[in-house]
Amino acid sequence: MIPLSGDLGNTKGVVKEKVGSFGTTRGTSTLKRGFAHMLKNGVVMDVTTVEQAQIAEDAGAVAVMVLDKLPSDVRKAGGVARTASIRIIQEIMDSVTIPVMAKCRIGHVYEAMVLQETNVDMIDESEVLTPADENHHIWKWDFTSPFVNGARNLGEALRRIEEGAAMIRTKGEPGTGNVAEAVIHIKNVNTELRRIKSIYDAGDEQDLISVARELKVSYSLVEETASLGRLPVVNFAAGGISTPADAAYLMTLGCDGVFVGSGIFKADDAKERAQAIVLATTFWEDPDKVKEAQKMIDERQSMLGLDTKNLELRMQERGSTA
Amino acid sequence: MSGINIGILAVQGDVAENVLATKMAIEELGMEGIVTEVKTPEQISDLDGLVIPGGESTVIGTLSLVNGSLKKIKEKIASGMPVFGICAGMIVLSKKAKDRVVGEMDQPLLDFLDVKIERNTFGRQKDSFESEISMDKIGLFKFPGVFIRAPSIVEAGKDVEILSKFNEKIIAVKQGNIIGTAFHPELTGDISLHKYFVSLIKKKN
Repeated sequence: MIPLSGDLGNTKGVVKEKVGSFGTTRGTSTLKRGFAHMLKNGVVMDVTTVEQAQIAEDAGAVAVMVLDKLPSDVRKAGGVARTASIRIIQEIMDSVTIPVMAKCRIGHVYEAMVLQETNVDMIDESEVLTPADENHHIWKWDFTSPFVNGARNLGEALRRIEEGAAMIRTKGEPGTGNVAEAVIHIKNVNTELRRIKSIYDAGDEQDLISVARELKVSYSLVEETASLGRLPVVNFAAGGISTPADAAYLMTLGCDGVFVGSGIFKADDAKERAQAIVLATTFWEDPDKVKEAQKMIDERQSMLGLDTKNLELRMQERGSTA
Repeated sequence: MSGINIGILAVQGDVAENVLATKMAIEELGMEGIVTEVKTPEQISDLDGLVIPGGESTVIGTLSLVNGSLKKIKEKIASGMPVFGICAGMIVLSKKAKDRVVGEMDQPLLDFLDVKIERNTFGRQKDSFESEISMDKIGLFKFPGVFIRAPSIVEAGKDVEILSKFNEKIIAVKQGNIIGTAFHPELTGDISLHKYFVSLIKKKN
């Protein structure tokens, strides 16, 4: 079981109020992390319109992520990528029953505030958009809404959790249709988790302190993570997932679920592909079912994709040193 | 098999948390039994009790329909198997569900629990809350209520016993061997409601 603790005490995001004859508390870690737990084994799909959001919901998406442009179009367009139009986010919130997420720029506290006021269910502080502050991510404990952040390795993941992220996803390389970077990122995290677990099991406190210094994160969080042998929050795969087999493969690496960005709505068979990726994520342990899912798509309809070696823009590097 | 076999429907949602809470409940009750994650009709047919966990009700319903699990669960409920539906799980058990904003829904349901549900009744995630509630009828006078985009029951049939209310909203019910809650006991560390559910299974066998 993933612990739901991790509160910093009475942070700004925690709101206590009386509702009728009941005392209530909002914005706690249990509620933020618990929300992410409800998404487990599910697929979150990037959408840009109401129509796409409805296709996603019908296909069995566990949530939708609203963007102004799909990541591959962000890559093509260049310029500055910002949070999506509030009007479109609201239209989508009024037309689907599943949770609606939206992205804000890294470090852009006020884009995040606007999304919180809009009442999106989760905010993605995302490297797909142009960072507003490369050196500081948002201090997410100040918010009542939960956040998800990208990470390429254990240090990034733990630093984001320390800032209050309720959920982590791999960064991968967004908008490429190429799953290779996401695979590297999840394997990095797994290898580092195994390493700190073995240090913890050996009872070597001194070595664990040097890990905390190396990762630039508090000792208590390193210790908690090491004792669990996994991230203390839900961890999804993201970045370049295009086919049912991609999704199933990432599930075998220990991810709790997947985000699919351009992979669905940049393909020419979006509806079937959305359903197929959901099936493959649900039944990833059964190769026959994943084959059936893979059969639902036509590889000639997949997005062409990009080699991740010679990209002009590596979105994954944004905000990674902070 | 000597002990009871309790399944956690493992299609989507917070399965692991319910596995743990149910295992602890069996242990504290001093009973013999196993807890398994179930996905297929074959696995479900072996069960003495089932927990349908929290998650997204549209996803759990749709995917359980696809592989025939929904039909099997219906048969098992008809034959008296106790089921505990949590949040999305309670929605899946119900006869009718509508969304507070979107309205009438056409989603696959088990059509058993005689209630009409309003999904997302308290609002969106920012409105999710914790509050102390009570279920006096089953001896739980204080219980930590964790409500995450929670539903409530807007109409309950005559065979439905109301276990708890939050102000005017119905948040926990029992109909025969079926329990439904709008909140998430598996996220709290308090296993008393899971113990109550497990004890229903004992009584049946």
